[in-house]
Amino acid sequence: MTRPPVIRKDVAALKLAPNEPAGWDEARRSLDGLPGGGLNIAWEAVERHARGPKAGQVAIRWLPATGAARPITYRELSEASSRFANLLRARGVRKGDAVFVLCARIPELYFAVLGGLKVGAAVSPLFSAFGPEPIATRVNLGRGKVLVTTEALFQKKVAKIAVPMPTLEHVLRVDSPEFRREFEAASPACEVERTEPGDTSFLHFTSGTTGSPKGAVHVHGAVVMHSATGRVALDLHPGDVFWCTADPGWVTGTSYGIVTPLVHGVTSIVDEADFDAARWYRILEEERVSVWYTAPTAIRMLMKAGAELAKQHAFPSLRFVASVGEPLNPEAVWWGMDALGMPIHDNWWQTETGGIMIANTAAMDVKPGSMGRPLPGVEAAIVHRRETGIELETRNDTEGELALRAGWPSMFRGYLDQEERYRKCFVDGWYLTGDLAKRDADGYFWFVGRADDVIKSAGHLIGPFEVESVLMEHPAVAEAGVIGKPDPVVGEVVKAFVSLKAGFTAGEALRMEIMGHARKRLGAAVAPKEIAFSTTLPRTRSGKIMRRLLKARELGLPEGDLSTLEEGA
Amino acid sequence: MNAIELRPLVFAELRKIAPELEEGDVEPGKPLRDQVDLDSMDWLNFLIAVHQRFAVEIAEEDYATLDTLERICELVAARNPDAS
Repeated sequence: MTRPPVIRKDVAALKLAPNEPAGWDEARRSLDGLPGGGLNIAWEAVERHARGPKAGQVAIRWLPATGAARPITYRELSEASSRFANLLRARGVRKGDAVFVLCARIPELYFAVLGGLKVGAAVSPLFSAFGPEPIATRVNLGRGKVLVTTEALFQKKVAKIAVPMPTLEHVLRVDSPEFRREFEAASPACEVERTEPGDTSFLHFTSGTTGSPKGAVHVHGAVVMHSATGRVALDLHPGDVFWCTADPGWVTGTSYGIVTPLVHGVTSIVDEADFDAARWYRILEEERVSVWYTAPTAIRMLMKAGAELAKQHAFPSLRFVASVGEPLNPEAVWWGMDALGMPIHDNWWQTETGGIMIANTAAMDVKPGSMGRPLPGVEAAIVHRRETGIELETRNDTEGELALRAGWPSMFRGYLDQEERYRKCFVDGWYLTGDLAKRDADGYFWFVGRADDVIKSAGHLIGPFEVESVLMEHPAVAEAGVIGKPDPVVGEVVKAFVSLKAGFTAGEALRMEIMGHARKRLGAAVAPKEIAFSTTLPRTRSGKIMRRLLKARELGLPEGDLSTLEEGA
Repeated sequence: MNAIELRPLVFAELRKIAPELEEGDVEPGKPLRDQVDLDSMDWLNFLIAVHQRFAVEIAEEDYATLDTLERICELVAARNPDAS
């Protein structure tokens, strides 16, 4: 097959006419608002459907790791999330209180998140693969009042290694008999808290190069963006079966794995199990998924599993496939053409943006390797930071930092307790993303790299500082430097360089011990996959570990490149 | 070796991926990933290690059925009776 740089679309030949591009005003009109005024995501996602003709339609089709699928209608979702809301209220949870949810992808996770929104809580879903340390750090940063979890996760991640979480007043174990009894006895109706567009809805934690994770504050008004992007970037139509494969512990899994499909009143697939190529093909086929939103790592794992496996399945219902998390390589876009019969549409956004900002949409020609063009209403530019402000890059195909004109509806409204850090993200009315990119003559944006040392593994941001801190808690470790090592499947793997304190000898046994320590504290998703011993680690004059130098050495770059690599670190 | 004799050897491979494991942490008949914190990459690396260490072919279609230590040992024993 020839592989031209642009995949042209014949819109008239598509299975279904793509949605017309529409801006935020149109998205606002698609929402109902709370009776009596105000805006609440849970109302737009669930309540209004549960009170109308969609009440009996399947909202979430839950696929357990083993056993039969469980369809949950909009009415059932409304009742279950109201029961949860009532349980939270009974424990004194009020508007603005933080509720953390640490569960695998089980129905109770969705009930808890939507129930939390109904009472006006600041809801924070945590990735269940996190270890005790990242969990406690986030709960403490967010001053969590309630933690919703399961018995097994509580034993493994909370009870075993007790890291103090002083603000926590209640731990709800959703699979305990006491909880089940209380849940069943609770009223299936509740009054939805009157929240305004500027009131906090979600706390999403993201990682920076230095210091603790940043708690990005999001608001109920973001639902305007969820509605708009579901329409334009994901091309959702009534009757669609939508599958977002991201875990709600990451922002994609919340904005698009929970909120967006429900706001659009379509059926959302939730798979409890972890990635498995054969299972995923089976789900796409048997569940008749029509719109699929996944990630480059998963696509590359499917590619690795071979064309034979894909060819055993047919996907007549599939209409649109999108990907996010890291740049999708052209090879993967073309694989979509071969294996699924359509290109994969890359798009770009980040925790701070709350929703998709730049995308290859259903109606657009796809340029494999490009993240696409800004959605209607979004203004994106390539800029350079200068002493006096920013300079807009007017030339095409020139590298600079990707910036967005501030003020879109799902823009984050702060970093918890870090006002200064938040303000620094904005210059001259532009939000600076920290991603380096280029724009071509057709207005398509191309990702170049990160402006900082943050590691992107399997689409997840990992802060090197968080990993280094835990490594240095091991009695043998004197200093630690952590980098992202390029990997063909997951993008980057976490690799640590450690130097040892006097009296300790480098060796396989010690390496395994340090690895075990890191995994116990951080969890498999964050802990290093590789640890290398080094007698000393390179530092800047101010004492900062030069991660870029470690990375250059790892990549075997010549010495001459090191000075430039260090620039901007 | 038979499947039961292979257990400690397969467990040793698992421990190279997840060194935090201690003897007795894994019940052979229970789903492995419920008991051990393994992400997708760990899981893949573990199966690759089993493939290399015991010289057995493991196809993508097998992955879903290999959910317990017991089943992995049975597969190794069945596909390479000389594995040790």
